[in-house]
Amino acid sequence: MAFKRFISWLGLALAAAALSGCGYNDFQRLDEQVKAGWAEVLNQYQRRADLIPNVVATVKGEANFEQETLTKVVEARAKATSIQATPELVNNPEAFNKFQAAQGELSSALSRLLVVSEQYPNLKANAGFQDLRVQLEGTENRITVARNRYIKAVSEYNVLARSFPSNLTAMVFGYAAKPGFTVSNEAAIAAPPAVSFDKPAASGAGK
Amino acid sequence: MLRRLLQAALVTGWLLAASTASLAQELLGVPPLSGRVIDTTNTLSAAQREALSGKLAAFESSNGTQVVVLLVKSTQPEEIAAYAQRVADAWKIGRREVGDGLLVVVARDDRRLRIEVAKSLEGAVPDLAARRIIEQHIAPAFKAGDYAGGLNAGVDALLQRVRGESLPVPQARGNAPDLGAVSGWQDLAIFFFVGVPVVGAVLTSLFGRKFGSVLTGGAAGGMGWWFTASKVLAVGAGLLAVLLVGLLGIGAARGRRGGGTPVVWGGGGGGWSGGGGGGGGGGFSSGGGGDFGGGGASGDW
Repeated sequence: MAFKRFISWLGLALAAAALSGCGYNDFQRLDEQVKAGWAEVLNQYQRRADLIPNVVATVKGEANFEQETLTKVVEARAKATSIQATPELVNNPEAFNKFQAAQGELSSALSRLLVVSEQYPNLKANAGFQDLRVQLEGTENRITVARNRYIKAVSEYNVLARSFPSNLTAMVFGYAAKPGFTVSNEAAIAAPPAVSFDKPAASGAGK
Repeated sequence: MLRRLLQAALVTGWLLAASTASLAQELLGVPPLSGRVIDTTNTLSAAQREALSGKLAAFESSNGTQVVVLLVKSTQPEEIAAYAQRVADAWKIGRREVGDGLLVVVARDDRRLRIEVAKSLEGAVPDLAARRIIEQHIAPAFKAGDYAGGLNAGVDALLQRVRGESLPVPQARGNAPDLGAVSGWQDLAIFFFVGVPVVGAVLTSLFGRKFGSVLTGGAAGGMGWWFTASKVLAVGAGLLAVLLVGLLGIGAARGRRGGGTPVVWGGGGGGWSGGGGGGGGGGFSSGGGGDFGGGGASGDW
């Protein structure tokens, strides 16, 4: 009788542990969610990288376009696409940060290009360039959304990986916390933006 | 020294308070999804709103795609794209299984507007098409101050593009929008059939079976009224509770043990909840399937 009771208690405890305790299935679900989120981020970065050659070609057609801005975009794109963007990047914080820095550089070079292009009436009237501009804007929006979703997925995953008792499962199966997005240049963001219309306006209007 | 310290503390405190206050009023909230055309600015007349909303409703019943138009005064300090994305994420308009939703957001005083396109419609309405619709159909009318005309033209152009896309047609009588309501009623029914026996057990043990069951009925009726705002339903719930506790003894302290019986009577609960579904559903609800990934375009006028 006592033995039977013991067995039933043991069964109950095992069932409870299997059902809810270790969070193994949650890890599977969230890990996959993070991967999917990251794939979407890469997808949108790729879309942007594919658009840039067209933008560069159109802008080159504009005589005496500020060369420095243009070169910066080309260089930043080359740098960003030279990094092999694999899904495994998520598990390697160092490579992840490098990749993010390269993409961030490309973002700022591109936005600079778009601002400068405002100074050129020919470009503003160029329907092809305006279309590219809309597509670029759409891509930047999509990148923002994809990044936000990735951040949410990662934070959900990291909470699970760090809280008890699922952190024990994480330890056993080797689920480390994943990196989120950090701002690459915090100091630059903390400082107020310096807006200067002097140089580009002079070169744009002077031709 | 002390005075200076105090001063510094005061200034910091004031700064903190100012920053939190500005944070609190910074972002515009997402309004409740009360209809297909939501105008928080009172720019459109009631007739114009009705007409536009009727057009969108007709389109939903024929093609299934949900389209919502939202007019706000200003989204400052947020960019309209970020605000529209938040609204789209909150509403998730579009059928649950198809995810086809479109959202038009107009920030009247910013003179900015945005067409937000769900992922499954990005083929039908690519960013460039959205941009053209804004530039060619909406902006000219808006410039002339004709908001209703611009919105109508823009919505027509959008619907035209969606018609060209082969999407699954809606089933005979739109079941999809009811899904959310039904699950809500199931929750209520579960609450009813778990809550009533428990409350009944406590009250009958305190006040005796007769008085206790009447009290339980009153409580159930009150809860029903609170949740559904319908007196008929409330009275029905109350009577049902009296029946359950008083006559059948479910959950009554001196009756049978109410362990298994409520499950059997769950079938009766289905009828009760089904009857109420029509009253609570209202006119329009989001299909909940729209996944907005930042597609669409913004423009100004």
